[in-house]
Amino acid sequence: MNIHEYQGKEIMRDFGVSVPNGHVAYTVDEAVEAAKKLGSDVTVVKAQIHAGGRGKAGGVKIAKNLDEVRTYADEILGKTLVTHQTGPEGKEVKRLLIEEGCDIKSEYYVGLVLDRATSRVTMMASEEGGTEIEEVAEKTPEKIFKEVIDPVTGLTPFQARRLAFNINIPKESLGKAVKFMLGLYEVFVQKDCSVAEINPLVTTGDGGVLALDSKLNFDDNALFRQKDIAELRDLEEEDPKEVEASKYDLSYIALDGNIGCMVNGAGLAMATMDTIKHYNGDPANFLDVGGGATTEKVTEAFKIILSDDNVKGIFVNIFGGIMKCDVIAEGVVEATKQIGLTLPLVVRLEGTNVDDGKKILDDSGLNITSADSMAEGAQKIVELVK
Amino acid sequence: MSVYIDKNTKVIVQGITGSTALFHTKQMIEYGTQIVGGVTPGKGGTEVEGIPVFNTVSEAVEKTGANASVIYVPAPFAADAILEATDAELDLAICITEHIPVLDMVKVKRYMEGKKTRLVGPNCPGVITPDECKIGIMPGYIHKKGHVGVVSRSGTLTYEAVHQLSEAGIGQSTAVGIGGDPVNGTDFIDVLKAFNEDPDTEAVIMIGEIGGTAEEEAAEWVKANMSKPVVGFIGGRTAPPGKRMGHAGAIISGGKGTADEKIRVMNECGIQVAETPSVMGETLIQVLKDQDLLDKCKTH
Repeated sequence: MNIHEYQGKEIMRDFGVSVPNGHVAYTVDEAVEAAKKLGSDVTVVKAQIHAGGRGKAGGVKIAKNLDEVRTYADEILGKTLVTHQTGPEGKEVKRLLIEEGCDIKSEYYVGLVLDRATSRVTMMASEEGGTEIEEVAEKTPEKIFKEVIDPVTGLTPFQARRLAFNINIPKESLGKAVKFMLGLYEVFVQKDCSVAEINPLVTTGDGGVLALDSKLNFDDNALFRQKDIAELRDLEEEDPKEVEASKYDLSYIALDGNIGCMVNGAGLAMATMDTIKHYNGDPANFLDVGGGATTEKVTEAFKIILSDDNVKGIFVNIFGGIMKCDVIAEGVVEATKQIGLTLPLVVRLEGTNVDDGKKILDDSGLNITSADSMAEGAQKIVELVK
Repeated sequence: MSVYIDKNTKVIVQGITGSTALFHTKQMIEYGTQIVGGVTPGKGGTEVEGIPVFNTVSEAVEKTGANASVIYVPAPFAADAILEATDAELDLAICITEHIPVLDMVKVKRYMEGKKTRLVGPNCPGVITPDECKIGIMPGYIHKKGHVGVVSRSGTLTYEAVHQLSEAGIGQSTAVGIGGDPVNGTDFIDVLKAFNEDPDTEAVIMIGEIGGTAEEEAAEWVKANMSKPVVGFIGGRTAPPGKRMGHAGAIISGGKGTADEKIRVMNECGIQVAETPSVMGETLIQVLKDQDLLDKCKTH
């Protein structure tokens, strides 16, 4: 799960990780009010959307007085920002972060991620702040320093010091940089982050160390114990169909084709998309109904697939293990009845309780094309939507 | 012979009184697996399906002589269940549970370093040695006893591969689901090593998916060490970057972990990769033919 920059900074502030003073604003008046409260010489007006690259898209402005704050807030609020991370349709700005400006001396990068190869959390740091870390990794990998963290000790001061020395943090800021890194690690483990990226981290003229930006992502699987984080979810930043699916614990991702897919198991769901593509079709979505799906969930899954106007046909591909075929079949029948399905429907069932499942479909009297294999099913649905 | 489990494996079920666990416990017993006990804290002294239930894993092991455990405990408590199985010095703990917080698994993995217990999973279908022992949630009837090893990050794609093999008269030595999480107990290389050393395994199907670099590392290992043919499949060629495709570990991030890159490295290392999941079986059969192994692998 993603949150906004200002929310990330509030969490960091709670953990004693230094960030500039700032306030969120939903309207132009609130923005001016926030700037008055800050009373700084320079104020930064920052668009809050769940995507990077805001500065280049005109979503970050520096205001020298309250009039400029008003002008910029008015300009950015309601504007649709198109960045390399938003896709061509862009994202509408509905919130601003009004923040005090600071006297930047140098910019750095500090990030925490899970390193899958070592099964450990790893802190990465670089002198190349402000640039995307993937770009640094590609062009100048020698400028990225890493510390693999033992979960027993957590990030240790010597590791943080080594990183700070390696990225040439000036001597007068060293202690603050170490404190910053240790604090950021605490945020990461105590709030169940999956990514914590500070780009740029800056040193200031008076020796301070501050997070100028913050990107915190969280492990969805840990939200049950991070209720305060779960509340920060901004549904307006997500695809409405994905939001609806998540209410029923369905794993759904919208794509831009015309064949709706309902599959059990992530691997099979991906392979089903691949197979449709192989036969020159275009999947409209990834949908894993998971292991514990009930008839009700399957019905909802159907409704979500059908709420996409691009969908011209549906392919249900089930290999029952923990998921029972009869449950899927009942859901398919129930959903088709409720919705009055008119689109072509191809169903392939195999695995646990397959005979019961096939019988339910046969007895339903519905117009369902059955298939004996994934390839056959994919070919049939591609043919039917032509 | 087989890998990890056989007819002598004695299994306890952690979380046995839950509905999913109960359903699959019945299925495992029906398949012939020796289920010797169950564990649900607070329900010790009772019985389900004729199986004695204990309060703790160590007590279950002491009373039943179990050497393996299968875990169906809900995600918030699953990491602790793995630790308990490890503490009881079981040979094997197979964790079916999905959605365990990844930082829990980082700690579990650290705790298990140097300990006796092998963890398979989490978020996996389990392990099956056909006609001998089934531990997990896979449909037993699709399997046939034989000489092809299967290892996979995806449950349903494992079934798909096994089904294709059995239909073609090719049995399996053991099928191991290593799970779809970014941090897991047993990885591709562990299983490939075991298959390489297993006299009853003649060839291996390895099924991967987008995310991470486990397939690339495994392919390099195969090139350097494996004496048996390996064929593969990678799911997620059409997956968009930056999106988590159902499995916590299935995500292309920062341009890393794409299917095309994995397929490229696997091909370079001498692993034939099936074009679509529907031809995983065919691809293996062709390789068996080419290497004169088909007769050995046919189930008679």
